[in-house]
Amino acid sequence: MAVKFSILSDFAVRALKANKMRSFLTMLGIIIGVGAVVLMMSIGQGTQAQVMANINRLGTNMLMISPGASGQFGVRSGTTNTMTLKDATAIAKLDGVAGVAPTVRTSGLVTYGNQTWTTSATGTTPAVVDISSLTVAQGRFFDDTDVQSISAVAVLGQTVYTNLYPNGANPIGTEIRIKNVSFRVIGLLQSIGAGMGGNDQDDVIYIPVTTAQIRMSGITNQAINMMQVQVASKEQMDSVQNAIETLLRTRHRLAATAADDFRITNMAQIQETAASVTGSMILFLASVAAISLIVGGIGIMNIMLVSVTERTREIGVRMAIGASRQDILSQFLLEAVMLSLLGALLGIIFGIGGAKIFAFFAKMAAPISISSILISVGFSIVVGVFFGYYPATRAARLNPSEALGYE
Amino acid sequence: MAIREAIRDGADKTAQASSFPLIHCRGLVKVYPLSGVEVHALRGVDLEIKQREMVAIMGPSGSGKSTLMNIIGCMDKQTSGDYYLNGVDVSKLDENGLAATRNANLGFVFQRYNLLARATALYNVELPLFYAGMAGAEAEAKAMAALDQVGLHDFSQHWPNQMSGGQQQRVAIARAIVKRPLVILADEPTGALDTVSSKDIMEIFQKMHREHGATVVVITHEPFVADFCQRKVVIRDGQIISDDQVPNWHDV
Repeated sequence: MAVKFSILSDFAVRALKANKMRSFLTMLGIIIGVGAVVLMMSIGQGTQAQVMANINRLGTNMLMISPGASGQFGVRSGTTNTMTLKDATAIAKLDGVAGVAPTVRTSGLVTYGNQTWTTSATGTTPAVVDISSLTVAQGRFFDDTDVQSISAVAVLGQTVYTNLYPNGANPIGTEIRIKNVSFRVIGLLQSIGAGMGGNDQDDVIYIPVTTAQIRMSGITNQAINMMQVQVASKEQMDSVQNAIETLLRTRHRLAATAADDFRITNMAQIQETAASVTGSMILFLASVAAISLIVGGIGIMNIMLVSVTERTREIGVRMAIGASRQDILSQFLLEAVMLSLLGALLGIIFGIGGAKIFAFFAKMAAPISISSILISVGFSIVVGVFFGYYPATRAARLNPSEALGYE
Repeated sequence: MAIREAIRDGADKTAQASSFPLIHCRGLVKVYPLSGVEVHALRGVDLEIKQREMVAIMGPSGSGKSTLMNIIGCMDKQTSGDYYLNGVDVSKLDENGLAATRNANLGFVFQRYNLLARATALYNVELPLFYAGMAGAEAEAKAMAALDQVGLHDFSQHWPNQMSGGQQQRVAIARAIVKRPLVILADEPTGALDTVSSKDIMEIFQKMHREHGATVVVITHEPFVADFCQRKVVIRDGQIISDDQVPNWHDV
C-alpha cells in the first residue's frame, strides 16, 4: 500500500520547487564539494600524467651517472673530472646496457649572421638519439665518424633554430658560431616541448662529444660531465647499476673504504617516487575537497530540520489522510537525497567546466575520470541519506494530532 | 490491507442493518500529563454512532471534543476505555494499521482546510489515493468525481490561493470523500467561514449523508451548525451531558 515511487519523487520535487532559492543555496555546498573533487582529481591526474610523460621521455630504464663524490645529505662535494669517455666505452660493453651517451656541456653565445642566442651546447655521441628519443626533422644527426674526427658539426633544436633563423631559412649546410667556434649545421630536430619544471627541451644544440671537449672546453683528459646509460630492461636496472658501480670503482682504483667519486641516479626509482608523490597529492587534494562535501551535507541537514518544523501541519495533514510513518520518512529522505544528487550533478558540470578552463590556460591535459564522477555521485548520495535521515525521522515521529494542532 | 477489508466487510454486512454501531466508545478516558499535572480531557465517554447518522458534537473549548475527535479519528489513543470502529478494536492496531484505517475508512475536514498550498485542487483531492498506492489516470478520475460531488468540477486546476474559503473547504471535503470512507470527520468545518459559506458547507454534508448514505460527525461550538445535524451530542469537562435528536434538521 505504499506510495508509488514516482508520486514520492513528485512530492519531493514539489517541496524543493516551493523554495527554489533555498534549495539552490542548500545544494551549493554539495555543488562546491563535488565540483572541487572532480576538478582536483582532474588536475591531479593531468599533472601526474605529465610528470610521468616527462620522466618517460628522459627514459625509464635509464641510469644517470655524474662525477663527484656524494657527500653528506646528498650534497655533491668537489668537481672532480674523474669520469672519462673511456669509462663510457667500458660501461657500454657491460651486460644489459643498451646504450651510453656521455655528455659534455658548455654554454655561451651562439650566432648566425647577425642573429644571436644564448644557450648550451651538448657534446655527446649518436647513442643519445635513441636514449633521449630524438627525431631528426631535417638533415642528419652526427655519426661515430664525426665523433672520431672531432668534426665541427651541430644539430639544432627547434627553439635555437627559430631564434637564429627568424625567416625560417633552411639551416642545413649553414655556418653558425658557438662561443666563437665555427660549426656547420647538419641537422634539425623535431620539437619535443616543455620538460619537467617547464624547461624548454627544444633549446638545445648537439655537437660531437670530442669536439665539445677539445675545441670548446679545452679538455684533454677526455673528462665528461655526465653519462646517460640505457638499460635493456627494467628488471636489469639494479644489476646493471651494481655492475657499473663495481666497474667504475675498479677503473678509478678506489680503495674499499673510499667513497664513490661518481653518482648514479636510477630513473626507475625516480619514476616510482614521482608516481607515489603525485598519487598521494591527488588523494590529499580529493580528501580536502571531500571535506566540503561533508560540510554541504550538514547544510542539507540544517535546512531539512527547518523544513520539517515549518511543515509540521502539512505532515499532520498527510498523516491524517493516511500517510504512514514510512511514507513521511521516505518523502523527506528523498528530498534530502534529491538535494545532494542534484547538487552533485551541477557540481560535476562545474568541475568538468573548471577542468576544461584549467586545461586551456595551463596548456596541459586535465582528464575527467569516470571514477571521480562515480565516487562523487556515490558519496553525495551517502551524504544525502546520512544527513537527511535524522530530519526525516523527526518528521516521521511526529504525532498526527499534535502536528495538526501545531501553529 | 487486511484491516481495511475487515472494516469494510463489516460495513457491507451491516449496510442493511443500520442499527449496528459504526463508532462505539465505552468509558473513554484520556489523560494528558502536562508539566507534572495530569489533565483529564475525557472522563469516561460512552458514545455510539450508527451508520448513516449525521451527528454534531458540541461543547466549549477545552471540553474535550477535539480529544474525542482525535481518538475517533485514529490519530490518538485513549488512556483507558474501549473504542471500536466498525467492530474493530482500534487500540490493538499498530502505527501502520492506524494509518491504513485513516486512509481507507476516515475522511477528515479541518477548520483551516489544510490543503497543500502549492498544488492544484485536483492534486489535493488525489493525495489520499496516492497514499493508497494509486496514481495516474485512475486517481485523476476518482478525484474529478469527488470534485464533481462538491460542485467544483471547473476548479480542478485552481490553486488554493485562487479560491475562496468556502471553495477551499469544498476541496477539503472532496479530499475527505474521495476514498468513500465509512465516516466523515469534520473538526469545526465552518470555523473560518462566513454564514453563507457555512450554510453551503453544511448543505454539502447533508447531501453526502442523504444521497450517498455517508456517516458524518461534525465537531462544532456553533448551535447554528449543529442544527444541520440529525443528532446533537454536548460535551462539557470531558463528559457527555446531553445527547438529543434534532427535530426538522433537514429543513434549516
